[in-house]
Amino acid sequence: MHAEEKFTDATWPASPETATLEGKNKFLGFWLFLGGETVLFASLFATYLALKDKVPDSSHKLAKDIFELPLTFVATMLLLTSSLTSVYAMYHMKNNHFQKMQAWLLITVLLGAAFLGLEVYEFNHYVHEFKHTFTSSAFGSAFYTLVGFHGAHVAVGLAWILTLMLRNAKRGLNLYNAPKFYVASLYWHFIDVVWVFIFTVVYLMGMVG
Amino acid sequence: MANDQSNSANPNVNLKYRRKKNAEEMKHQVITFTLMIFFTLLAFLAVAYDGFSHWFIVPFILLLAAVQVAFQLYYFMHMKHRGHNTIALFMYSGALVGAITILTFITITWI
Repeated sequence: MHAEEKFTDATWPASPETATLEGKNKFLGFWLFLGGETVLFASLFATYLALKDKVPDSSHKLAKDIFELPLTFVATMLLLTSSLTSVYAMYHMKNNHFQKMQAWLLITVLLGAAFLGLEVYEFNHYVHEFKHTFTSSAFGSAFYTLVGFHGAHVAVGLAWILTLMLRNAKRGLNLYNAPKFYVASLYWHFIDVVWVFIFTVVYLMGMVG
Repeated sequence: MANDQSNSANPNVNLKYRRKKNAEEMKHQVITFTLMIFFTLLAFLAVAYDGFSHWFIVPFILLLAAVQVAFQLYYFMHMKHRGHNTIALFMYSGALVGAITILTFITITWI
């Protein structure tokens, strides 16, 4: 079984992402990277929790004054749904249905782009409405670093998935690119894992006070 | 793992079985997703509703987040499947270091 081999539905491996040595290594290496990302985000969460509502004077807004439930809710639904659509994409990858996989990946990308658009709107709103900026307070710095780092991950994820889709559009599925698609979907799920903590710890706990 | 498909003499019979197995797993994923949406709604409602005390809401929504993350990791990212022991080691090590960092920053720092 080599990477560029042509497969039929019947001969396509059950777990194409780990069918080659390269795939196995990618899979293991990528999870190690995710373990590291966990520590990175945990340290940003720790910083945020330590600096939450730490502002120089009372003219600055606090978490409970700036966050709004509806916006966070819509963003959360977009990202959660995009996680399911990428599961659908991997389902079709395992069934050797390249076009269906591409279609679900495109939906994932669109949902992710909508999430990112909302985040840009949100940041812009905070800066102009509340003068809550990266340099206005320790709270502002910690907030934008944590949420911005997540947003940057979303942007990288979108660029990554789009690049894979375009690069392999004419090639179709094989054991060379199956691990690439699989690892990109893992990354996308990890972005959602981080968002679950962000909407809970930053937004919901912020609104509770 | 690589040759899971070759345990039958006739690959097409095996294909039918695999397709069915994949479809079944996809059904479980959709159920997982529905539960995740439900937990998210619960968390948002708990915050939106005025009657609950802060001491109830915070642990409640943190618990919901932990369950959701477990769903994401074990179902969507397939950690419940065989061959994920080393990966579990990576993630739990990361989570342990992360938890200690957070504990430190919210208890023994003063700003």
